[in-house]
Amino acid sequence: MIHRNRYPFYFVLGALILYLVFSIIPGIAGIFYSFTDWSGYTTTVNFIGLDNFKTIFSANENYLLYIRNTFTFTLITIVLKTALGLALALILTEGVKRPAYFYRMLIYLPVVLPALAVALIFRSILNPATGFLNTTLRMMGLGILARKWLVDPHIALYSVIGVDTWQGVGYIMVILIAGLQSVPREYYEAAEVDGAGFWARLFGITLPLMMPAIIIVTVLNLLYALKVFDIVYALTNGGPGYATDVVYTAVFQAFSQGQWGLGTAFSSLLFVFMSVLGFFVIRLLDRGQAIE
Amino acid sequence: MLAKRFNVLGAHSLAIIACLIMVIPFYLVVVNSFKSKADASSMSVALPPTLHAENFSTVISAGKLGTSFFNSVLYASGSTIIGTLFAAMAAFVLSRNRSRFNRLLYFFIIMGIALPANYFTLTKVMQITALINTRGGIILLLAAGQIPFGVFLIYGFLDTIPRELDEAAIMDGCGPLQLFFQIILPMLTPVLVTDAVLSFLGAWSNFIMPLYYLNNTASWPMTLSVYNFFGQYQANWNLVSADILMTVLPVILVYLLAQRYILSGITTGAVKG
Repeated sequence: MIHRNRYPFYFVLGALILYLVFSIIPGIAGIFYSFTDWSGYTTTVNFIGLDNFKTIFSANENYLLYIRNTFTFTLITIVLKTALGLALALILTEGVKRPAYFYRMLIYLPVVLPALAVALIFRSILNPATGFLNTTLRMMGLGILARKWLVDPHIALYSVIGVDTWQGVGYIMVILIAGLQSVPREYYEAAEVDGAGFWARLFGITLPLMMPAIIIVTVLNLLYALKVFDIVYALTNGGPGYATDVVYTAVFQAFSQGQWGLGTAFSSLLFVFMSVLGFFVIRLLDRGQAIE
Repeated sequence: MLAKRFNVLGAHSLAIIACLIMVIPFYLVVVNSFKSKADASSMSVALPPTLHAENFSTVISAGKLGTSFFNSVLYASGSTIIGTLFAAMAAFVLSRNRSRFNRLLYFFIIMGIALPANYFTLTKVMQITALINTRGGIILLLAAGQIPFGVFLIYGFLDTIPRELDEAAIMDGCGPLQLFFQIILPMLTPVLVTDAVLSFLGAWSNFIMPLYYLNNTASWPMTLSVYNFFGQYQANWNLVSADILMTVLPVILVYLLAQRYILSGITTGAVKG
């Protein structure tokens, strides 16, 4: 009783109402609209059963390709950011010692930039004829490696992945540095006495003790990558053709073309999938605090 | 001993290469924003032969950056103030009164960190609430997006503030509002700054919400107008560079000033497992 007076529930209402109105209600209402022919051009909405989902999973449409592109993007960015982030974290903690904070500051810098600005800069850098990347490769005698980065449908998705990794790796590195610093020094000293080399220490001590941090960065990368939009939209807008279209660029297209029922169905698939993920995220975050 | 010195040297070289890769794109934007149209056409690393500082005034008038800049400041600070305050108030009560219901509510809110938006039904909500195409609507949308992480961040920090403080304040006759605003809020300063900085940076960079929900150019933030400007002036990389530079400078400034808070914020919860 005393608690209730001291910590009144109305304190929660501001946050709760914003969250319900702008996130939960649209998410759940979206599931219902998935079974309708909702359109941006008409006011009537009719129930059409599973038709939208049949369209999405039909081999004649491109939606399966968008899902595959999203998964490719997600998988490769997770692997690249974690591997490069870990390498950088090791270089900055084990290798260089003193001015590491300066390096860290510069490597983290792209993380705070708007993805949109990053994408525009890289549209110039990746220009096949005049871009910085190909010019530099040619200058170094590596012209054979020069590519039509964002124009060639076979490599455009990987170029987008590369740009996204460039921007995001600093974020992962910083979290992994904190993880590395929590590994007790005594373990390394003991290992050194036993004559364990760099790789033995990496796989025997560092990685196993870093597992919680690695799981967290994987989840963070996963949550980001499934929802990716800005960088893809501004780099390629899904092109060439549909080679780099992901879930959210397809959603924007459906929105612009007035196919709201279909777009809602596609969004709702992601909503349900990520709600399940969200359940695991909660468990992960809660464990983090319980041990704190 | 020698091997160790080589290792340190090698590590420095690798770190410097990594930093160069991170900084070169930024350098390209800076030098090309001062070039003439012809010199900037290939976005080369060369320094500008003559300084064309007038690029900036051209961009500001052609891209109507004055209003966009004001809009960005308004959206980022408005949403940050609302989002951080609401998150702190909710986290305070949820953390102090851990009834079964409140625990559940806490989990329900932080699940929002994972949830994706449905832009179709969100349009409907924006129409019903008459918030579509309004500045206030974008501020509330951005604030709502910041709340789950804010609640998570502040909730964790509240454990470090002793409950005896609450007891003492209540004894002195403080009501809940007084207790929160005069006693608790000042003690939350470090975590509030962290949450506010992260929220501000996120809101400044946000592109998708205005793209969907602001069709009036007068209310566009920097991200949307730089994209639109690029569409019109693709051939003028000097002007595009100047526009990009003005879009990113504020976040870089905030980053340099508030690094400490940013780093503490993103590592909280991530490594304590």
